[in-house]
Amino acid sequence: MTAGWDAASERLLRELAPQVLGAVARRFRDFASAEDAVQEALLAAFRQWPSEGVPENPRGWLIRVASRRMTDMVRSEAARRERETLATPEEEPALEIEDEIEAEMDPEDTLILLFMCCHPALSASSAIALTLRAVGGLTTAEIANAWLVPEATMAQRISRAKQSIRASGIPLRAPTPQERGERLAAVLHVLYLVFSEGYASSMGAQLQRLDLAHEAIRLTRATRALLPEDGEVAGLLALMLLTDARRGARTGPDGELVPLDRQDRNLWDQAEIAEGTGLLTMALSKGAAGLYQLQAAIAAVHDEAPSAEETDWAQIQALYELLQRVAPSPMVTLNRAIAVAMVQGPARGLEELRALDADQRLRGHYRLDAVRGHLFEKLGDLGQAILHYRAAAAKTTSLPEQRYLMTQAARLCERAGAQEGMGSREQDFQSRLTEDSMSKLR
Amino acid sequence: MKYMLMMNTMSAGAGVPPWPKADLQAHIAFMHSVNRDLREAGEWVFAEGLSFPDQARQVRAGRSGVPITDGVFPESKEFLAGFWIVDVDSAERAWAIAARISAAPGPGGAPLNMPIEVRPIMSGPPEEML
Repeated sequence: MTAGWDAASERLLRELAPQVLGAVARRFRDFASAEDAVQEALLAAFRQWPSEGVPENPRGWLIRVASRRMTDMVRSEAARRERETLATPEEEPALEIEDEIEAEMDPEDTLILLFMCCHPALSASSAIALTLRAVGGLTTAEIANAWLVPEATMAQRISRAKQSIRASGIPLRAPTPQERGERLAAVLHVLYLVFSEGYASSMGAQLQRLDLAHEAIRLTRATRALLPEDGEVAGLLALMLLTDARRGARTGPDGELVPLDRQDRNLWDQAEIAEGTGLLTMALSKGAAGLYQLQAAIAAVHDEAPSAEETDWAQIQALYELLQRVAPSPMVTLNRAIAVAMVQGPARGLEELRALDADQRLRGHYRLDAVRGHLFEKLGDLGQAILHYRAAAAKTTSLPEQRYLMTQAARLCERAGAQEGMGSREQDFQSRLTEDSMSKLR
Repeated sequence: MKYMLMMNTMSAGAGVPPWPKADLQAHIAFMHSVNRDLREAGEWVFAEGLSFPDQARQVRAGRSGVPITDGVFPESKEFLAGFWIVDVDSAERAWAIAARISAAPGPGGAPLNMPIEVRPIMSGPPEEML
């Protein structure tokens, strides 16, 4: 036994988890059972290592515990079959296999696991849960806590994900060169979803929750170590770092949202910004920029501006135009309209937004209203701005965002009242609107 | 995405429904099977049934914060009888669960087709703002 328990040993344990699982699963040719066995080994380590110290060969320790669990399962399965068929007992599975497994360790294993856990056949929530457990080395309880669901529910989600893998016969091997692009895109999407969920869980008073944004960064870093030449993996890592850098400035003392243009830029994490821009520069030099590299490039333009006023909106507009070619979506059009408004004025931005009214994908989405509110405010049309901020507040499903949007509407109401001294009819209308939206909201 | 599914009883003050035993048992078994399936699907977050409306009190703060309670309210047409919180992949899935609950068997095993109100819970991630 070596030194005691600290954050580094916990990190080590999580990093070893996918390596051990990859090797054990390959050895026993059974991913689902191996995954359970490794989870049990991890739980045993979490129980024992803090008090007994980290073993000299932690990987060997985990392999030993997990493969014992596997042989136990194989044995009880054999015994069950024996009882059922009354056949002669099968030969005992070899017990002294831990050393062999350790000799077979292959860094490619982690990558294979990642591809499997993020298989497009799985629903997003299953893929996320399975990836965090099998590749992230997190316990079911930690994942459940991050999503604020009961542990039994998360355990069931993971077990069903494994059943789907088993049922669809997804083999435990690297994807073929033909499949690779699509499969890697699925992996990056899952990592991105974990990161954006972390964005929610880092809001306000929910500090007890596992930091999913940091878990996503850790996993993306690990993916990049396995695929150092891939520009999109580097782009995604850059995007996460450049977004996470603003974390300290994004919320006020009571957990309220602080929009980008009002954030205290001294609170931005310069080390993350430097790492993110470094990664991005390297990735962009390697050829055609993909979805994540372009989004990272946009984040970098914001991060590099010394103040909101000095933001290079023309460059952001150009980047959104590229993004619209690479990965067109109504959300990209929406964000491009903001850039257009910043460069050519709010009226032009509002014109761009009109194209989105017919788009079914954005219908009823709060963000279209939120952006309109913002642009009408810039235009000086406070009445329209208030209406759109309120409409957005009534549609969002994020509480901090709803409070932010309602506050914007309230701020403009006060300003409108102070500016022109509203007529009583207008005031009636305003208060009725407020009551109406309040009763809808709460 | 989390949703709350609210099951409303149609009539206040009607008391315990005078159903035959077999129908009552079928109804209870149905509710158990809903909960079991939600657990097995990894979608179950929380669910509770609420007491009958005659146990309800409406409370307001009076002067200096002293609670003022009020009794039953026979004028109300609907009462919350129970609720589920589920964590599902889409609104459509939440609606499908609600539709299943709505069709819980009533007298004679006929579907009750109760109204189930489905509302998103405000736990979505905020997006980067301007």
